[in-house]
Amino acid sequence: MSRSARELIIKLFFFACALVSILVLGLIVIFLFMEGLPVFHAVSPGDFLFGLEWYPTYDPPSFGIWPLIVGSLVVTLFASLIAIPLGIFAAIYISELASPPVKELFKPVIELLAGLPSVVLGFLGMAVIAPWLQETFDIPTGLNILNASVILAFMAIPTIASISEDAIYAVPQEFKEASYALGATKFETTMRVIIPAALSGISTAVILGMARAIGETMVVLMVAGGAAVIPESIFDSVRPMPASIAAEMGEAPFRSNHYHALFATGMVLFFLTLAFNLVADYVSHKFKEVGSATL
Amino acid sequence: MMRWRYLKQTLFFTIVRAAALVIALSIFVFIAYIVFKGYRVISWDFLTLPPTDSMTKGGIMPAILGTFYLTAGAIAIALPLGVTAAVYLSEYAGQGGLLRIIRIGINCLAGVPSIVFGLFGLGLFVVFLKFGSCILSGSLTLGFLILPTIIGASEESLKAVPQTFREASLGLGVSKWQTISRIVLPAALPGILTGSILGVGRAAGETAPIMFTAAAFFTVKLPSSIFDEVMALPYHVYVLATAGTHIEKTRPIQFGTILVLIALVLGIDLIAIIIRSRIRKQKRW
Repeated sequence: MSRSARELIIKLFFFACALVSILVLGLIVIFLFMEGLPVFHAVSPGDFLFGLEWYPTYDPPSFGIWPLIVGSLVVTLFASLIAIPLGIFAAIYISELASPPVKELFKPVIELLAGLPSVVLGFLGMAVIAPWLQETFDIPTGLNILNASVILAFMAIPTIASISEDAIYAVPQEFKEASYALGATKFETTMRVIIPAALSGISTAVILGMARAIGETMVVLMVAGGAAVIPESIFDSVRPMPASIAAEMGEAPFRSNHYHALFATGMVLFFLTLAFNLVADYVSHKFKEVGSATL
Repeated sequence: MMRWRYLKQTLFFTIVRAAALVIALSIFVFIAYIVFKGYRVISWDFLTLPPTDSMTKGGIMPAILGTFYLTAGAIAIALPLGVTAAVYLSEYAGQGGLLRIIRIGINCLAGVPSIVFGLFGLGLFVVFLKFGSCILSGSLTLGFLILPTIIGASEESLKAVPQTFREASLGLGVSKWQTISRIVLPAALPGILTGSILGVGRAAGETAPIMFTAAAFFTVKLPSSIFDEVMALPYHVYVLATAGTHIEKTRPIQFGTILVLIALVLGIDLIAIIIRSRIRKQKRW
């Protein structure tokens, strides 16, 4: 075999390996559809998505996942309210305020937070925060939106902090120097020069952080309380989509409507997070700065 | 006017510092709490014996072993696939539409929720390929879950190898593949390994993907082949904390299991972080 032919074969082999990710993504879609679509023999897509009642084991069962969707969105929203400011502040701290030794220490701490297994954080919510909430606020259960949101926020903080930090770090040094030369304070430079210049990266960070929160399973399974109803206060229990799938798949009879309905819920969850990721990708490319001159 | 500007700055920076402090403190307090609550349970017997008396006594050895098998399987799948994909992205691919699609695919795969990986593993490996709930199904599912992490870390370290290395090699008439295998990959190896270690930590701590694909509440005997179900540390924590009839009674065991799990996962992460900061400081080129 000639050398160039061998090189070509090697190149094709590497190319095939690079395609594996796309292949897996495709297989995920195929198998979600294969196992999920049959539920639409039993319920129309409209009733499935917007039905208010999730009673999969009743006779007759009702498969409306609107309360699950609302549950997912509510915990994600409240988690974001906590995680976005904390995450961005952490990024500003690392890149603008921390002295080099503190920085060397603080960055691994954030990474360790990212590495904490979700089941451990879920346990924390169940065994420590829930009893405390229950007692302090005198509510029937501490397993509720507030508890789940706080813990989800801590899962989203590392994503938001590290991607925002990258974005802030990438802002050219000249921008800062120019701002200081005009007499701006460090605060004014941060708020009016650095943050606006890093905004696309920070937006990407926020979107990916929210995607992380919406797809997180163990925390909402253990801490959100599991009530499949539309919540009325932050002390109500909810049943976000991942919690419903994880809790019920073990009991759903194989290839029953319930089983298919859980796969269909997985489809909804998948496309929701896919949308978040595609938007993040679009934002980070659309507003990418190329060199300092183009801004 | 001047004072107000600096007052505002002080105020804002105080808030920023406070936020950073809150994050760091909560992690520290949390880990200290787990260590404090869990260390009394840890003994040689706890680490080497199976659970007894419907999981209210005994140890967690089968769960530790199961997590080891699942993680080793996951890395055996993800490492070769991830490194080769990264070599293509960094060494072969030009700039173009196809490359953009591959990158979007990798990013999207990284964003797929872990429970959806669980459904995927259930649909493909457990049901369609008829592997059943076993080590193989769980390892494959976890392997694909950590694939984007490995690709990302490998690509980053491949890109950090100076272009001059490649040019020098190609200039001597060495073929592209030989340049990659003899020059580029060895130079990037430490970084690739660090990324893989982080992937190992991730795989060891995941629960949702193995719930339907590999994990068992309790197994009487240890797994004898890759087609056996296993216990796993994260799933064991979940089971003890939620499904048992003796939830309060087994609290000490729960804390002990969590301590072992986070010591394992954070220990692995810490090793990776330390190696990486060493590599960055050394900078041989």
